[in-house]
Amino acid sequence: MTPQFLAETSRPGRLGYSHRRHLRERFIETLLLLMAFVSVAITLAIVVMLVKESLVFFQQVPVWDFLTDTQWTPLFDNAHYGILPLISGTLVSSAVALLVAIPLGTIIAIYLSEFAPFAVREIAKPFLEMLGGVPTVVYGYFALLFVTPLLQKIFPELPGFSLLSAGLVMGIMIIPYVSSMSEDAMRAVPMHIREGSYAMGATRFQTAIRVVIPAAFSGIAAAYILGISRAVGETMVVAVAAGMQPNLTWNPMEPAATITSYIVQVSLGDLPHGSIGYQTIFAAGLTLFLLTLTFNIIGHILRKRYREVY
Amino acid sequence: MVEDHIQGNVATDAASPQYKFEVKNLSFYYGTFNALKNINMLLHEKQVTALIGPSGCGKSTFLRCFNRMHDLYPGNRYVGDIILYPDNVNILSRNVDPIEVRMRISMVFQKPNPFPKSIYENVAYGLRVRGVRQRAILDEKVEEALRGAALWDEVKDRMNNLAFKLSGGQQQRLCIARALATDPEMLLFDEPTSALDPIATASIEELITDLKKKITILIVTHSMQQAARVSDYTAYMYLGELIEFGVTDAIFIKPKNKQTEDYITGRVG
Amino acid sequence: MQNTKNLQEIRRLIVRHKRLDFLFMVIGVIALMIAILSFIALFAHMLIEGMPRLSWDFFTSFPSRHPGSAGILSAWVGTILVMLVTAAAAVPIGIGAGVYLEEYAPNNIITEIIEINITNLAGVPSIIYGLLALGIFVYQLGFGQSILSAGLVLALLILPIVIVTTREAIRSIPIAIREGAYALGASKWQTVSDHLLPYSAAGIMTGVIIGLARAIGETAPIITIGALTFIAFLPPSPIKAEFPFLSFEWLTAPFTVMPIQMFNWVSRPQEEFQFNAAAAGLILVVMTLVMNAFAIYVRYRMRKNIKW
Repeated sequence: MTPQFLAETSRPGRLGYSHRRHLRERFIETLLLLMAFVSVAITLAIVVMLVKESLVFFQQVPVWDFLTDTQWTPLFDNAHYGILPLISGTLVSSAVALLVAIPLGTIIAIYLSEFAPFAVREIAKPFLEMLGGVPTVVYGYFALLFVTPLLQKIFPELPGFSLLSAGLVMGIMIIPYVSSMSEDAMRAVPMHIREGSYAMGATRFQTAIRVVIPAAFSGIAAAYILGISRAVGETMVVAVAAGMQPNLTWNPMEPAATITSYIVQVSLGDLPHGSIGYQTIFAAGLTLFLLTLTFNIIGHILRKRYREVY
Repeated sequence: MVEDHIQGNVATDAASPQYKFEVKNLSFYYGTFNALKNINMLLHEKQVTALIGPSGCGKSTFLRCFNRMHDLYPGNRYVGDIILYPDNVNILSRNVDPIEVRMRISMVFQKPNPFPKSIYENVAYGLRVRGVRQRAILDEKVEEALRGAALWDEVKDRMNNLAFKLSGGQQQRLCIARALATDPEMLLFDEPTSALDPIATASIEELITDLKKKITILIVTHSMQQAARVSDYTAYMYLGELIEFGVTDAIFIKPKNKQTEDYITGRVG
Repeated sequence: MQNTKNLQEIRRLIVRHKRLDFLFMVIGVIALMIAILSFIALFAHMLIEGMPRLSWDFFTSFPSRHPGSAGILSAWVGTILVMLVTAAAAVPIGIGAGVYLEEYAPNNIITEIIEINITNLAGVPSIIYGLLALGIFVYQLGFGQSILSAGLVLALLILPIVIVTTREAIRSIPIAIREGAYALGASKWQTVSDHLLPYSAAGIMTGVIIGLARAIGETAPIITIGALTFIAFLPPSPIKAEFPFLSFEWLTAPFTVMPIQMFNWVSRPQEEFQFNAAAAGLILVVMTLVMNAFAIYVRYRMRKNIKW
């Protein structure tokens, strides 16, 4: 006699095909595809949203004025819509940040990947990870209430809000990002290539500088580029510590607004939906999106390249 | 004690051979794992010595003692001596700098491992590490090394190409050139042809035979035919122990030890 | 003789190289110390400034015009509710997308577009997500400046993190496990739901926790949807006395969250409010650190226990 459980699921002598099971599998697969497609929908929505609102904005403000006017005063009676002051603020604060993050991040990466004893690496890596996990608004607090007063002891003329202190703290914030990505790239260099160098009598430093870094170059470059993108898009540190006055300056000792902090400033007020003030943040957002997108694409191409080599 | 291991009549070698290395009571530990057990052996100058044995027998571990590669990883420990002649120095001693050892004893690895640099810079690397900057010296040495590795004619017109662009056999010869450029006293080969096709293998073997005129060679090989073809002396290792060591012909024709015989005739391994 | 002279030269060279080696090591340790010390300075500064404000009252009071009696009740309740929405949206979609890409996706252009898209999304500044949410959730869909809008925008923000960790966790399961399941007659979905998801649960969980830790501290997108307001009340309770006992009114309620409350206090000129900011920051940092540490611990345990 056929056992009960077998009789239920199969007919003897014939291999069946369950249509119900097939349908269920197809349904699940489609559902999962839709979930995967959400990310594409988000990107499309971002692009459509930014472009749509910006188009309305550019009907009133010529693109040329937007790109060349040296004043950004959209909320004044005598309104000017030149993005340059916001760009200068963004570039200066990012430059300060990168002057901190790139050298320190690279040195830390080399140290952790090539020099540090196992125990140091095991402790330092999670610590750096945590450093990267601290909310950005907290870093803003740190910049405004700790770093600025400290800097004012060195430079008494430094104002309470400055690109310098926001940039420095942003740099510290980005260190873990740069260091962990560069370290990943260096560790991806196979051990046998390092051994080749050590076998020639090279020291750790020589091996790191002459063999590991050139081998990991595109990965390290990707870390820098993605670090830049991160700095350009960072919001809360500059919103809290750099002041929010649009100011066309290249001097880090001055306060100035960035693209991001301008968006924050507008959002803090109560601008009516559909007004030109409301649309300015989308135009600023589009500029920011295009900037970071460019960096991200370059970064990912570089990253892909080093992954292909090994 | 050491002489016991040596079979065949060594003294018949016309130019009574000089010893380059004497391995005395060498043991090696990866952490607590005892990978080499009390090895004693003599290496003859300007001769090829082959290390054979089944995988995991410790032959590569033994080879890597000679340039202190094990120092790169924590938890490794040497016991015993490898005496380098004519200096009469134990290269495993704590007072001896592994970097100096590696500058004098070069190594060629199992898989070709060129650096991600140009052909020229790969060969010049060892000299650059020594701080040589004069272009003339570098050019001369690079050419000499590439000629020594029988690669010069193939690459002389594309010295600035990336080394990755070479074929596997060419890459391995490049690694040999890289090792030769610094005039080492000894060359270590760790299964240098295991990743290569038969034609490339033949050219490397030819090269090894050629090189021994100038240099002492120790080679680990997985192929007994290769050992028979290129080496003057052969050592058979098993589970970290040196089972038998002697003149290659003697080992292959008339092994003394039953285990060696089983391995050579293909019953083990 | 030539040889010994050479040898001496080599030794001098090695000494010089080693000095350089040592020098770099010192520089490396200093760089690491700068990073670590800044974190310690940050934490210590908040601790000193904020500690005196930390009391039971601080957790159970609403924000107030008087710094001494202001608290974070509405902020932490708001954070918890927003996180609920975020997790409810990001976890299923993120895991589903990760499973699709790892197990189902054919090798075609659509898959490639999705993959490139996810890596790029991870690099989009959070404030851009805020603009998206402002346009779509707040106005287009009419969710307003509500917990729902905030939860959803944070969900979008952490989606790439959840997807990537899900994929990594599933990828690390050997092919043999899948073949074993198929050999017993399991369908694809049965293989996924009975084997792959349970075995990768720990890995997926680390991703979810790291994502939520990120979301908890995010400020910019929430400011952008216009949620920086004075909130001295709690959203309606999700549990009701009468049938059906659950209420979703809270989803559309105005709210505030911890980082917004902190930002609000930081930007006040009075020093007393800055003490409140320090206290709120301290709680925020401890929350994210605990979550991150937990994720690191789970990952560590996983690496230790699973050997395949």
